[in-house]
Amino acid sequence: MIRLEKRPTPSRFWSLSTPVIAVILTMIAGGLMFAALGQDPVEAIRVIFWDPLFHPQFASYSRPQLLVKAGPLILIAIGLSLGFRAGIWNIGAEGQYIIGAICGAAFGLALYPSENILIFPGMVIVGALGGWAWAMIPGILKTRFRTNEILVSLLLVYVAEAILASAATNWLRNPEARGFPGSRNLARHPGTDNPELIAGTGMHWGVVAAFIAVIAAYVLLNRHVLGYQIKLAGQAPRAARFAGVEPTRLVLLCLGVSGALAGMAGLFEVSGPAGQISIDFNSGYGFTAIIVAFLGRLHPVGILLAGLLMALTYIGGELAQLMLGVPAPAIQAFQGMLLFFLLALDVLSNFRIRFGTGRAAA
Amino acid sequence: MSALLEIKGLTKAYPGVVANDDVSFAIQPGEVHALLGENGAGKSTLVKMIYGLVRPDAGTMTLNGADYTPSEPRAARASGVAMVFQHFSLFEALSVAENIALGMEDPPKPRDLAQRIHDVSRTYGLPLDPARLVGDLSAGERQRVEIIRCLLQDPKLLIMDEPTSVLTPQEVEILFHTLRKLSAEGTAILYISHKLEEIRTLCDAATILRLGKVVGECTPREVSAAQMAEMMVGKSLSQPARDEAEPGEVLLTVAGLSMEPASPFGTPLRHVGLEVRAGEVLGIGGVAGNGQDELLAALSGERRSAPGAVEFKGAPIGDTGPEARRKLGLLCAPEERLGHAAAPDMSLTENAVLTGRVRKGLDQNGFVGWGKAKGFAEEIIARFDVRTPGPDVAARALSGGNLQKYVIGREILQDPDVLVVNQPTWGVDASAAAAIRQALLDLAQNGAAVIVISQDLDELLEISDRFCALNEGRLSAPRPARGLSMEEIGLMLGGAHDMHEVEAAQ
Repeated sequence: MIRLEKRPTPSRFWSLSTPVIAVILTMIAGGLMFAALGQDPVEAIRVIFWDPLFHPQFASYSRPQLLVKAGPLILIAIGLSLGFRAGIWNIGAEGQYIIGAICGAAFGLALYPSENILIFPGMVIVGALGGWAWAMIPGILKTRFRTNEILVSLLLVYVAEAILASAATNWLRNPEARGFPGSRNLARHPGTDNPELIAGTGMHWGVVAAFIAVIAAYVLLNRHVLGYQIKLAGQAPRAARFAGVEPTRLVLLCLGVSGALAGMAGLFEVSGPAGQISIDFNSGYGFTAIIVAFLGRLHPVGILLAGLLMALTYIGGELAQLMLGVPAPAIQAFQGMLLFFLLALDVLSNFRIRFGTGRAAA
Repeated sequence: MSALLEIKGLTKAYPGVVANDDVSFAIQPGEVHALLGENGAGKSTLVKMIYGLVRPDAGTMTLNGADYTPSEPRAARASGVAMVFQHFSLFEALSVAENIALGMEDPPKPRDLAQRIHDVSRTYGLPLDPARLVGDLSAGERQRVEIIRCLLQDPKLLIMDEPTSVLTPQEVEILFHTLRKLSAEGTAILYISHKLEEIRTLCDAATILRLGKVVGECTPREVSAAQMAEMMVGKSLSQPARDEAEPGEVLLTVAGLSMEPASPFGTPLRHVGLEVRAGEVLGIGGVAGNGQDELLAALSGERRSAPGAVEFKGAPIGDTGPEARRKLGLLCAPEERLGHAAAPDMSLTENAVLTGRVRKGLDQNGFVGWGKAKGFAEEIIARFDVRTPGPDVAARALSGGNLQKYVIGREILQDPDVLVVNQPTWGVDASAAAAIRQALLDLAQNGAAVIVISQDLDELLEISDRFCALNEGRLSAPRPARGLSMEEIGLMLGGAHDMHEVEAAQ
């Protein structure tokens, strides 16, 4: 019989080493799956984890993609992790991401064709405000009327998608595009563009913002009273009230910060890699960031690594489809395995496994 | 006469601790047998093995001459062993009869069951209406539900875990009457407690455990409480003591405090009024669930009231939050250690910041000074003899008594003007409890006002200057604690309202 015994204090060794073991187990199980599909497992694993960064031919294209994809994931996940730690569940980052992009883009387009250097910083601020405002809707409804922020924030994603469709086809549509949906291209207009800062790295302002967010969140959680209160509210809500934490303030703060960061991520995307507001502008970063936040154990450094890993499997997955003809569902199953192993092994940091019969000796 | 239950060499080890080490004793039919020991002595593990919740690593049990190895509580019940737990497992939203039916293997028809509940409750003098909602019952009445649930199964051995901790003196009398009647009919009772006087009045035999081992057996009527305490603790206990002093100025005043409960089964506070002076200990007695938690929340600032309902040194503070009150010098220690007074998964250092931040200056410009916080945690650990490897250990790794010493120490070392504690020694072993009481008395001696909310009447009589009772959210007028008899206290606990109406009318 196998038994689980709760450890008195979480094991530091296991919480650091389980991610590595999980990746190895995913490679083994994924390799078996690829072998069953008739692929060379070693080859497939190499294409997913190695080639995006080091393939002589493709790497020059896919390497920058790593930061381009990881940037928004990390930026959004950092914001979400603050709320998740406090037990405040913002599931609607996708919606805040869309609204942030629309607001920031609208600000830039309203001043078109000016090329003033203050326009882009203004767009960032307006984008963050847009995401913040969209997150305030579930926040105020929760604190005033005790609605459930999970449902409200999630449903607002679909409202945001409807607004996005109307913006792309109607009020933000490029007047010179002869009826095609989509806005003017912000990335190709000086003043509104979010350029690649170092050629060939994929580094743009959004990636910089993500790194800053990681550091700020680390300092906040480890050194600041507010971070302490966030952790306290999540772990022991009654103790938090006893300590004097105001739940209302905390809800608005956590939702606000996560909304603002998601909105900023949307703005950086629309003014950089995506370039324009289009009907299918959002590509699920807001939802994937939830996974990234949990993969990173809600820890800023963990989220940084999880965001990079997640981006790598996406790019590697695409590459494997392209080069080896691995079916897309197999790639999704592979990504699912990674999540599964990471979360399943999590149990080791809080529990000890005992093998034994546990039977009474006569 | 052969023993009903004979236990030989029972051993159970958990990682890092041997909970029971070669425990042997026997219970005769119809005997009231006390199992005595401090917290952590291994009483709970032992009865869990008898009740089939835990399997022993070694040793044998014989019930009525036959091998007894219950694999689960159901098997224990089938063999005639029943247990009433310290914490009840009842559904508040269901009626008494429904709760009892849920605990039975194959419950009879509702009408027959109600009839049987009536019969049993009459036979044993435990008044209980099967149709009432459990949520409306007092703790004593809830315990009766549990007892009747056991009695319906006609047990040969009834295990009772700390049954009197939630009862008024009058309810204790009723319970003892029932237990004596059961024992006269041949049902053996295994009675777990650390209240020595109770054991002396009720029990025929006692087995004393210390650190998992049987350290003695005695006939409780023939030895003194002090002798039993020494066997239990392994050393003699010092009685808390302090010098007499005249109380000083009024520090905290509560007047006309009424508050609706936060949860549906909470207790509303009704016109609570009290005042406490410097150098004084005010004891507030009462059975659990009569508004203790609500009163503490109203004093700590977790629940706000009208500004004037709570006054600190004459200044209205009823509408301020916990941090503001701490800043002034009003500190509190709630009853629930894990999750309320301390965050279970946080280290002791982090828990020091929980309440010590403002008064101990543990933060600067919003940034926590972890070095300072650790120093404060170490000071608490050293001054209050908290047994722990160090301040980096998670709060939940500490035993109840040690964590309680930490929590009380954290508040006392912040030098409060007024300290309010709820159940300061609940579930704490005897020597730690004595240390905590002494610390509270020392605090009062040094000029602070102390309010102790407790269900342990002996404790309150020992340390309070004045005593009042909380009953259904109403607080009685205070009386000098010295010279109060248990009967008078029982009446205060039962009929507090009228006394207060008189005071309010003045």
